[in-house]
Amino acid sequence: MRIAISVTGQDLDSSLDPRFGRCPYFLLVDPETEEHQAVPNPGISAGGGAGIKAAQEVVNQGVKTLITGQCGPNAFNILTAGGIKILQAPAGPVRRVLELYKQGELAEVNAPGMAKQGMQGRGFR
Amino acid sequence: MRQLVITSGKGGTGKTTVAACLLTLAWRAGIADADVDAPNLHLLLHPKLLDEREFKGAKQVVKNEAACSGCGKCEEVCRFGAIKDLAVDPFRCEGCGLCVYVCPEKALRLEEVATGTLMLSRTRYGHFAHARLYIGAEASGKLVTAVRRKAEEACRDEELVIIDGSPGIGCAVIASLSGTDLALLVTEPTVSGLHDLDRILKVAQHFGVTALVCINKYDLSPELSAELERYCAGEKVDLVGKIPFDPAVLDVIRQGMPLEDLLKTRAGQAIEGIWETVRMFLH
Amino acid sequence: MIISVLSGKGGTGKTTVAVNLALSLAETERPILLDADVEEPNVALYLKPDVIVDEVLPVSVPVPEIDLAKCNYCGRCAEFCQFNALAVINGSVMTFPELCHGCGGCAIVCPNRAIREVPRRIGTVEKGSSGPLEFWQGRLNIGEPFAVPVTRLLKQGLSELEGETAVIIDAPPGTACTVVEAIRGSDYALLVTEPTPFGRHDLDLAIQLVRQMRIPHGVIINRAGSNNEIIVDLCNKRNVPILLVIPFSTRFAAMGAKGIPFSRVMPDWQKEFRRLYHAIKELCQCVN
Repeated sequence: MRIAISVTGQDLDSSLDPRFGRCPYFLLVDPETEEHQAVPNPGISAGGGAGIKAAQEVVNQGVKTLITGQCGPNAFNILTAGGIKILQAPAGPVRRVLELYKQGELAEVNAPGMAKQGMQGRGFR
Repeated sequence: MRQLVITSGKGGTGKTTVAACLLTLAWRAGIADADVDAPNLHLLLHPKLLDEREFKGAKQVVKNEAACSGCGKCEEVCRFGAIKDLAVDPFRCEGCGLCVYVCPEKALRLEEVATGTLMLSRTRYGHFAHARLYIGAEASGKLVTAVRRKAEEACRDEELVIIDGSPGIGCAVIASLSGTDLALLVTEPTVSGLHDLDRILKVAQHFGVTALVCINKYDLSPELSAELERYCAGEKVDLVGKIPFDPAVLDVIRQGMPLEDLLKTRAGQAIEGIWETVRMFLH
Repeated sequence: MIISVLSGKGGTGKTTVAVNLALSLAETERPILLDADVEEPNVALYLKPDVIVDEVLPVSVPVPEIDLAKCNYCGRCAEFCQFNALAVINGSVMTFPELCHGCGGCAIVCPNRAIREVPRRIGTVEKGSSGPLEFWQGRLNIGEPFAVPVTRLLKQGLSELEGETAVIIDAPPGTACTVVEAIRGSDYALLVTEPTPFGRHDLDLAIQLVRQMRIPHGVIINRAGSNNEIIVDLCNKRNVPILLVIPFSTRFAAMGAKGIPFSRVMPDWQKEFRRLYHAIKELCQCVN
């Protein structure tokens, strides 16, 4: 069963792009065989509602799972209506994301919103 | 990375000056000028341009005169009055593409058009993302989003990005506000300042962004400052500081002195106090 | 004659100039004052007696409503919509009215006539008066991104005016589409600025805008003082006349803060604004 990942490039050596609506590509991957195919995100050139366009594309691709960083409320509603499970992962190499996925380490997103990356407890100066 | 947006409903309340002071105080931070149709920060930061590119932010209808039969169907369906006497008015066209759809001769097509210039620069304080919306262009919100993305990309390793917002409550403001961690609303003690603060605060609340308020030039009207304070207390929003009217600030800006000199002014001192509170909220 | 007041930079005193000009002409010219800064309308705060509103017009955008009994989920509407205000997924249609520009295309492309348009309120236009002054204003609702439809409806009434009515328009700050809509069709543009580097920079943008729109224009320096050179220099370079200089004074600032137009208290300034109006009128006749 293929899953979709929002990514910066076109293959397994690229990185996860945490921005769902404006990521350049979605990588459709079979986690078992690692066979994959990149589809361009039509949302990237959208005048508005990039997340909507991107979500529509992911639904149309027939996947049931999406791994991304953050998605807004509109995209979230479309993905949910399309029966897609949304998993959250930090920006990083796609291979690492796949590993985390196989180990069941990725949390499911149950509400739309922006991911906070935190300050790791350090000040500004 | 945390994002702090400095904004105000009313124009000319001192957003840019406050943003510049906070940048100096944060010392290392990314900065983005989201006031794309009247950007001013570059006048203070003496930026070194690293990258500049045209930004295609809208679609517009383009006509192939040779194919047009003059039937006028395009003019009939356009609700924006963007086609008059068979000519396209680029100021009015919103790029919906309906005329393209109805044209029997296929004489019209949608084309991406540049709506501004997107720039990345280096400054002493950190990377600086900025833009210039072409005169009269639409979709300023989209250019603002692009500026913020540019800042996010260039400042991956920074802990803070400061965004200098635009006045108003419309698309450019929404684009500079949404998804930020904190908004500092700069107001002034005037009837307009109070009215516009109320509107921008409601916009921040609408988009779920925590807002703090500071009053600039508070001593120009102690009476209205007191009213602003009462307003903040009533709305349960934190008033994090009051900045005095200080002509020395303009002297620093006029003479192009380093930003550090701003902090030596009375106004700068007050902003230093504001920064202490703001950084607590950012944690 | 339509005179627009704009500035590029915010907070330079557009509203102050527009209100003082309109009030100074109130008795003789019976002008209409328009607040076209629909994101942050402030003119009413300066008007005493309070504005009496005679007419309230809702501003709405027609957005799609789907008749699910007729829809076969072909997806043409979503495909057509440039603004992604519709999505069709696995046997359901979702609409995102806040993204809709109201072009009406989805209803036209739908092969099953399953889409009808319903109005969605985004703002208000009010028409009324304050004393002898006729006053119209537009107001965009909180959270709405598109201000232009409000400005458009606000100005619609102007085309129906007959004769030589003086109209003064307070435009929003900046140089984007909302400003274009506000000042379109003006006979003259007053560019209000202040003698600071920011004021100069944004005045230059405003000059480019009115040049592109071919609107004759002149400059007013507000909060003027010892640094006027910075603006005078630009005006000389661009060959734009300076029509009025309003000095900085804490007295003006205090009155502005409380929403008191200074010409009310200082009748000499009413004369100045009337002189300004007649100077503009003459300039416009030269152009024509």
